Amino acid sequence: MSIDGASTASATALDATSAAANRRDVLHRLLMTLGPIVVALVIAGCILLAVGVDPLAYYGYVLERGLLSMLGIQQTLTRMAPLLFLAAGLIVAFRAGMWNLGGDGQFLLGAVTSAASAPVLVEIMPVWLAWICAFVIATVVAAAWSLVPALLRAYHGVNEIVTTLMMTFLGTSLANVLVKLIFRDPGTTVPQTRTLPVEERLPRLFDTTVTSGLLLGIAAIVIVHLVMTRTAFGLKLRIVGANPRAAVHAGLSVPGLTIAVFAISAGLVGLAGAVDVVGVQGNVRADWNPAYGLAVIPAVFLARMNGFAAIGFVFLLSVLSIGGESAARRMGVPNHFTLVLIAIVLIVLAIAEYVDHRYNQSRKA
Amino acid sequence: MNGLFSEVFLSALLFGAVTAAVPLLLAGLGEQMSEKAGVLNIGIEGMMLAGAYLGFVGAFYSESLWLGFLTGAAGGAAVAALMALLCVRLGLNQIVIGIALTLGLEGLTALLHHFQFSRSYPRLPAADPTVIPLLADIPVIGPAFFRHHLLVYLAVLLVVVMSYLYRRTQLGLNLQAAGDKPAALDVAGIDVIRTRTIAVLTTGALAGLGGAYLANVGAGLFIPFITNGAGFLGIVLAMLARGRPVWVLFGALLFGACLSLTTAMQVAGINIPTDVIQMLPFLAVMIMLVLFGRQASLPAALGIPYERGAR
Repeated sequence: MSIDGASTASATALDATSAAANRRDVLHRLLMTLGPIVVALVIAGCILLAVGVDPLAYYGYVLERGLLSMLGIQQTLTRMAPLLFLAAGLIVAFRAGMWNLGGDGQFLLGAVTSAASAPVLVEIMPVWLAWICAFVIATVVAAAWSLVPALLRAYHGVNEIVTTLMMTFLGTSLANVLVKLIFRDPGTTVPQTRTLPVEERLPRLFDTTVTSGLLLGIAAIVIVHLVMTRTAFGLKLRIVGANPRAAVHAGLSVPGLTIAVFAISAGLVGLAGAVDVVGVQGNVRADWNPAYGLAVIPAVFLARMNGFAAIGFVFLLSVLSIGGESAARRMGVPNHFTLVLIAIVLIVLAIAEYVDHRYNQSRKA
Repeated sequence: MNGLFSEVFLSALLFGAVTAAVPLLLAGLGEQMSEKAGVLNIGIEGMMLAGAYLGFVGAFYSESLWLGFLTGAAGGAAVAALMALLCVRLGLNQIVIGIALTLGLEGLTALLHHFQFSRSYPRLPAADPTVIPLLADIPVIGPAFFRHHLLVYLAVLLVVVMSYLYRRTQLGLNLQAAGDKPAALDVAGIDVIRTRTIAVLTTGALAGLGGAYLANVGAGLFIPFITNGAGFLGIVLAMLARGRPVWVLFGALLFGACLSLTTAMQVAGINIPTDVIQMLPFLAVMIMLVLFGRQASLPAALGIPYERGAR
């Protein structure tokens, strides 16, 4: 990301101009991201003022709790782990032109099956193997869950927006049924799965409370990005996304690729649930649904399905949600305000991108 | 188990099914119009919530249910106006804006409700039903179908109106063309942007009305996140109905019946998690799709912003 051509001592004149252009480009991108966020904060601040809360105090608190305090930044980084997997899964699907809007159902099924299997597995095998097995189970279950929309789209041409939406309702309910009826921990009165002991969850990084799932998440999204942009398989998927008819003419097996896309996408989303459970939550309570999917979808879009940019947006989302949760407890502003803030940020960013695009077009013309 | 099949219980069950179906019907009919015109309106959940909140507030302060419906529809239309500006006029991505609007309205209505009523949930007085003479006296069916609020009959009437609109009027054809081949509509001298804006605004008003009915008549109060996915169900219904309003009605009744069954099972004290019953309508639709899944006839230009002269 950081291109600093000026630091090379033997910079020729040509290098210097391209470095300046690069720097301008990076500066421009930074401005195009930060500017809209400031505008969004101002708009959301007006809403806070309207309900009688001091916006500066609120933002200060969110910033302190989400970004600047030791505890806050650690929580933020921990929150990023499942979101990165989710973003990775969505990037695969969206780049291939398939609207996987069933993230929440896939996430919860991955979470529940890993929560059900991990405490049992750690008793019969080494911890690291148990983790891997739980991850594999979650991935396979979520991928299998996406099979119906995938087959319907691949062979019947049924629109996947409607089928994945329905499967997400089904999946959320099924996850609850599994928790309440099948995987319920007999030891407690609260309907929840057995709890994975803290020492058998994913290790924390160094001396912090940040889960090592963060590294897995970053690895996942970088790998996805490289596969989608640098490999033949990724190119095939992007062709399917750009023009399915052209893909058929190019001799690609579109139905097969469709099923693969859904399986990979849903598998990664299921993995997000597993990483959250095995790394952080330890169990799944009945009716638990963080509904990460809905917030990550627009973020992935705004990142233009670029893996590295998505890391930035996921970081922003995490700061806002962790800071917002703390502020809700302390300042009496319900957590719902975070939703409003995220929505305004998304809309203003989208408008800014439009304005930028128009400006570039008119300059070219 | 005997109580389950008593006349009273059965008519209460059917009554509940219709009550639950009306918001879905209105949302579905609205979404159908947007989709026909080529706009995938994912923000409909947010529009319903805006309608539910403003509809409740309107009815609460004016003590008039109809004024509540009016403010609800206006609230939905206001959100739709924002969506029309961003997605139709500026051509921003419909899925991004739709989801953002849903998230934002979920937060905003919950926030406003919190600062307005704190943790109390005031109730509206029960709505006066319109009893249809003679028909309402039929056992079981009478109390189930002919003792509803006037809006319910109007919603059913709207199905007929929509069918007529799509089949027999210029506007209906324009809407269809805006979704299938906007460039052709443009060549014919009709403003695509305007046609689509009309569709989106209508969607918002209908979704807002559905939300207001849900809060004011269905529940009698507003609680945050009250729509609980009803807007998304509307999208599902509209897509399954393949452009025919009457199928939206059937679908809404099917989903309404399942929702009503959930409540009834709880009342009857049957020990199945409600989640199982909540799965039924989706399961039914998925099975139908697997069995009869043919090429769904969605408008060709669905989700694609129209820009004159763009290729």
